Amino acid sequence: MIRVQHEPFDPGVELARFVASRTDVGGIAVFLGRVRDRAGDTPILAMTLEHYPGMTERKLAEIEAEARRRWPLEDTLVIHRYGRMMPGEPIVMVAVASAHRHAALEACSFLIDWLKTRAPFWKCEETPQGERWVEARTSDELAAARWERRSAASSGQSPAQSSFS
Amino acid sequence: MRIRYFAWLRQRTGCAEEEIPLPPGVRRLSELKLWLANRHPRLGEALAAKGVVRCAVNQDYVAEDIELSDDDEVAFFPPVTGG
Repeated sequence: MIRVQHEPFDPGVELARFVASRTDVGGIAVFLGRVRDRAGDTPILAMTLEHYPGMTERKLAEIEAEARRRWPLEDTLVIHRYGRMMPGEPIVMVAVASAHRHAALEACSFLIDWLKTRAPFWKCEETPQGERWVEARTSDELAAARWERRSAASSGQSPAQSSFS
Repeated sequence: MRIRYFAWLRQRTGCAEEEIPLPPGVRRLSELKLWLANRHPRLGEALAAKGVVRCAVNQDYVAEDIELSDDDEVAFFPPVTGG
């Protein structure tokens, strides 16, 4: 399931609901991303996430479908917020259920890696010096690319963002 | 056609989106970029710098110089930073 929403969410409640829906699943992996209160030495007062309504949902659905193609998954959940958030607030949650832990852990890692480099979201930080847009990081591109090599011949997905002109 | 701008590119054009007819002489994405660079010089600076601006047509990433039509939605934005 994909949810793109402005409202805050409670990760505990979401996980409990996700787990409750199935009793036949042994392994569940979760990633929770939150707003940090600093970036290096710079205090972060708040963060605003902008997104591209429509394309966001579409890209997340593609990424979810790709995860299900690669691993035997019983269920997936991706929640991503947009709008203004304070330090400590959850931004994104990925939960993956599978009969086996390796599939759950790998698929969870894959989902957040590809989400970070393919879903059209942009972070703007509020610092004591003013607002600034977060720049894309090469380390995120490399993290996403390591899943690329594995399926180079198969999926026919759009190329990694780094190759766009 | 509808042109959309996100993040700091939106701040450079001063608008989130604009509806324009496919400009005369513009058939391909590269030609639209040149036309928009004239219309929004500060967008033009970003478009001229390699690897700074990403593009989507009808909500799919596009790297090639594809042909455009009047009912396309074209979006320009910096590399994504979600998650």
